[in-house]
Amino acid sequence: MSKITSLSDLKKKRDEIKSGLEIREMATDPENHVQVKVAMATCGIAAGAKVIMDFFVEQLDRRNIDGVVTQTGCMGYCYAEPTIEVKLPGHDSVVFGGVDLKKADEIIEKYIKTGELVDGIIPVNYETIDSKE
Amino acid sequence: MKELSLNILDIVQNSIRAKAKQINIAIEESELRNSMIIVISDDGTGMSPEMLLSVTDPYTTSRTKRKVGLGLPFLKQHAEQAGGTVTIDSLEGIGTRVQSSFILNHFDRQPLGDISGVIKLLIMANPAVEFIYEHSTDKGEYRIDTREIKEVLEVKTLTDNDLMKDIRNMILENLENIGVKN
Repeated sequence: MSKITSLSDLKKKRDEIKSGLEIREMATDPENHVQVKVAMATCGIAAGAKVIMDFFVEQLDRRNIDGVVTQTGCMGYCYAEPTIEVKLPGHDSVVFGGVDLKKADEIIEKYIKTGELVDGIIPVNYETIDSKE
Repeated sequence: MKELSLNILDIVQNSIRAKAKQINIAIEESELRNSMIIVISDDGTGMSPEMLLSVTDPYTTSRTKRKVGLGLPFLKQHAEQAGGTVTIDSLEGIGTRVQSSFILNHFDRQPLGDISGVIKLLIMANPAVEFIYEHSTDKGEYRIDTREIKEVLEVKTLTDNDLMKDIRNMILENLENIGVKN
C-alpha cells in the first residue's frame, strides 16, 4: 500500500474503505459497549499505563470486541498501578490493579468475554482512614 | 519516566483535568541552537498566582485522592538535569502554558521516545478535546490539528483504531521527513 503522508492521502484511503464497511465511531450509547478506562496519571504512566492502553485498543479491535478504551485520572491506587476500570454493559464497573500485559490478556479473555472474575480486583468500597472525612 | 514523550503525556493530563477544550503540544528541536523546547498550552481553568508559585513542589496537588503531585516536579527535574528549565505561565479562566527546555546533546537529556504513539493515545482517549501538535527541526516543521482532520475526513470523532493507526503512520512519515528520530 502506498504511504500516507498527507490528509488527502488519508481521506482517499478512508473513502476506499468506507464503500466496504462502516467506519466505527464512538458509540452514541456507550452503555451498550464494553468500556475500559486506563488510569493515566503520573503514577500510572510511570508504571506503564501507556503500553497497557495500547494493548487494550489493539486487542479489543483484533478480537472483535465492541469496546471503547479511554483514560481516566488517578483513582488513588498508586501502589497498584497500572490500574484499569472495566464496565461491562449492565454491570457495575470493576477496578483491576497491577495490570501487566499478561493480566490484561486474562482480563479480556475471562472477564470481558465471559464475565468470569479474575484476581487483582480492587474493591470499590476500599477506603483509607485519610479519605474518610 | 524513561522518555520525554511520557512526561508530555503526563503534563497533558493536567490540562485535561483543568477541563481544557484545546491542547497544543509544540516541540522544537534545533541542532544549530543545540536546544529542544517543549511547550504544552491549554485553554483550561488556569491556576491562581498562589498555586502557580508552589506547583513544582511535590507536596502541591489539586487532587484529593492523594497528597502529592509529581508530574511537574518530574518534568522540572528532567529539564534541569539536561541543562534546561521549566517555565509555567497561567491565568485563571484563560489557561496554562508549560514550557520546558533542554540542551539537545546533553548526556542526561532523555530521548523523546514514542511521541507519535502518545499523540495517537491522547487523541483516542479524549474525544472531547481538540489537539494541535507541532514539531519543528532545522529541516522543517510538521503540524496536525484534530479539528482539521475531522473536517477533511468528515468524521465526528477520532476513535477508530484503524484510522488512528493510519494517522500515526502519517505523523511518523512526516516526522521522518524533517529528521526526527522516533
